Amino acid sequence: MAKRIVSGLMAGVALFAATSGANAATEISWWHGMGGNLGEVVNTISAGYNDSQDTCNLTPVYKGGYEDTLTAGIAAFRAGEQPNIIQVFDAGSATIIGAKGAVLPVEDLLKDAGVAFNIEDYIEGVRYFYADSEGKMIGMPFNSSAPILYINDDAMKAAGVETPATYEEIEAIAPKLKEAGYIPFVQSHLPWEFVENFMSRHNLQFATNNNGYDGAAGTELVFGPEIRNHIKSMKEWLDKGYFGYYGTGWSDNQAPFNEGKVAMWIGSSGSFGGIAKTVEFPFSATYLPYWASVEGANKASFIGGAALFAMSGKSDEENNCTASFFEYLTSADVQYMWHKETGYVPITEAAYDMAKKDGYYETTPAAEVGIQQLSLEGGEWTKGYRMGFYVQIRDVMNRELGKVFSGETDVDTAFDTIKEEGDKLLARFAQTVEQ
Amino acid sequence: MRPHFPCDGRCAGSAPHICHLHVRGDTMKKVQFNSRWMPYAFLLPQLSIVAIFFLWPAAEAVRSSFYLEDPFGFSSTFVGFDNFTDTLTSSNYARVAQFTAVFTVLVTFFSLALALLLAVKADKVLRAGSTYKTLLMWVYAVAPPVAGLIGILLFDQHVGPLVDFAALFGWKMQIGVNYFDTSFAMVVISVWKQIPVNFIFFLSGLQGISRSVQEAANIDCRSGFRRFWTVTFPLLAPTGFFLLIINVTYAFFDTFGIIDVVLKTEPGNNPVTLVYKVYLDGFRGNDLGGSSAQSVLLMLFVFILTIIQFRLIERRVHYS
Repeated sequence: MAKRIVSGLMAGVALFAATSGANAATEISWWHGMGGNLGEVVNTISAGYNDSQDTCNLTPVYKGGYEDTLTAGIAAFRAGEQPNIIQVFDAGSATIIGAKGAVLPVEDLLKDAGVAFNIEDYIEGVRYFYADSEGKMIGMPFNSSAPILYINDDAMKAAGVETPATYEEIEAIAPKLKEAGYIPFVQSHLPWEFVENFMSRHNLQFATNNNGYDGAAGTELVFGPEIRNHIKSMKEWLDKGYFGYYGTGWSDNQAPFNEGKVAMWIGSSGSFGGIAKTVEFPFSATYLPYWASVEGANKASFIGGAALFAMSGKSDEENNCTASFFEYLTSADVQYMWHKETGYVPITEAAYDMAKKDGYYETTPAAEVGIQQLSLEGGEWTKGYRMGFYVQIRDVMNRELGKVFSGETDVDTAFDTIKEEGDKLLARFAQTVEQ
Repeated sequence: MRPHFPCDGRCAGSAPHICHLHVRGDTMKKVQFNSRWMPYAFLLPQLSIVAIFFLWPAAEAVRSSFYLEDPFGFSSTFVGFDNFTDTLTSSNYARVAQFTAVFTVLVTFFSLALALLLAVKADKVLRAGSTYKTLLMWVYAVAPPVAGLIGILLFDQHVGPLVDFAALFGWKMQIGVNYFDTSFAMVVISVWKQIPVNFIFFLSGLQGISRSVQEAANIDCRSGFRRFWTVTFPLLAPTGFFLLIINVTYAFFDTFGIIDVVLKTEPGNNPVTLVYKVYLDGFRGNDLGGSSAQSVLLMLFVFILTIIQFRLIERRVHYS
């Protein structure tokens, strides 16, 4: 590794010496939050881009988790030292899109640079999450994921039951799984899996103002009886031993599934690569469950993960390089590689077709579940949501739902508190953007 | 063993370029600088650090606590005391403040009490004393996040040995799920991390009590327990007072690393301290106005606490 860095540096110095003057490559930077294995794939993509042309040189920089990356980007922007490209996660998108002038809409960036752009090239599920209310794409979807249900096949066999599709079916098979010695059902991210995507899967309104897309002022959370009943059921299941809850942390909930103690676990489609390497039992995956009793359910889920944003205040030369990198990144080959290495869904139809033609899903059907779920029929409320200070709203959800599961409060009080505190945060956010 | 300060005997002149040195038992001695600007020059690095790293940010925090600002700094609106009223009327802030108070009292009390007990006992050990002392002190070298990491391994829901141990007594401990259990783990880890510092100070304090006093006490009073409370403890009071301040500050601010690791940066339904909430709202949530208002409140609170400590408690402390 060190050797590679040294030779890379030497190559860079040699390149600089050779091209210094008018022909020097334009330097652009990319701040991201992809650690570990994901970070290495990011480096591979960047190196591939740099090798593919010689007018631009991209440097990826790992900035910690999603929150850290956004905070670092904000601090850098205020100091005038912002990177060309920043990765921002779903919950932070309102913050960066709401700050008019912090980013160049990716659609404008590509068109100005003369790169062909057609929103229809992207798979349906990712088109509008990072778009404005007119449907203009602001952020380039990058690592896109969906919450899906992972199944421990051994557990199903031991209990003699079939893979469920709905919560009603899970409720029916849970006693048998429990008898067979398994914890029947576990999730890993309450706001993402039990609130946001619950709304999307059941085509329910999540917030006023068109789920917040039509402006920050006056946006309020909407919690109808469906989601309240869902959490009430989950609390009952927890008391009966059908559902396991191990706190807010993702890995605390994934650990018992990886150890083979849990029959069904809701994870991310992006968890696929990691699980395939870790677990010792055969596993499969299916769509995020829904309540058949809710009319019009079984719709597509929201896109999770993060998008890449081109930050403003850069020269045309650098912006052209950013556009050319986005063109490279969305090419079918790169998307297919990213999909296979990480489990994140390919964002273009072309890449999806390539994976299908290659026979990838015949050998690993679980890898297709995420993209299939994102491609399910959409509805009025499945486009996404746009809310400011959303990281804090998620924290409030985790806190209040956590209180429900530890028996400190009841479901209705919890949702009333989430709405009250969430609406207050939304109103505060509206004050920061509407001047 | 008395400290000796050399003095060139040219002591004269008036404040401020005179330094007074209090040397136990000796008369007060004076040192004079050649130039009246020299003492200021020596103070300058320290003062500029205070100004750049404390006064300026503090003033900035006070300013932004009256504004609502979008994170990227495009616009900011003056909102008067809105940030303060929003903070103070939130039920969650009251809960966090309450936890911080309980947490600080518990951590301060137990880390002082246990360290004092260990120091008194270690002081009496005759054989292999230094081995015991080293064993008690080494934790001091552990950084707070590392202490937190060791703590969460011991308290892990799935594999933690302390959780298994608690289960023997029928206590189903669930860190990260149950509010009480998580608080318990945070207090235990924070106390464990702080005991060695207190131990070192108490031990040196005990060793500073003169043999003759102890022997006189031995003759006058047979009860070791009473001897401790009437003779040793008052003589340790200056050390104890100093440690009290250090420990309150520790529980308030320095436990940040431990709390962050125990929570794995996901607060959820877990206890957090006021300082951690400032970080959560400001750095995770990008709510600069709200976060600044909270840090201003915290500054005021610490200011008041310091006055109380020096006014009420220090009066009762006897410095020999």
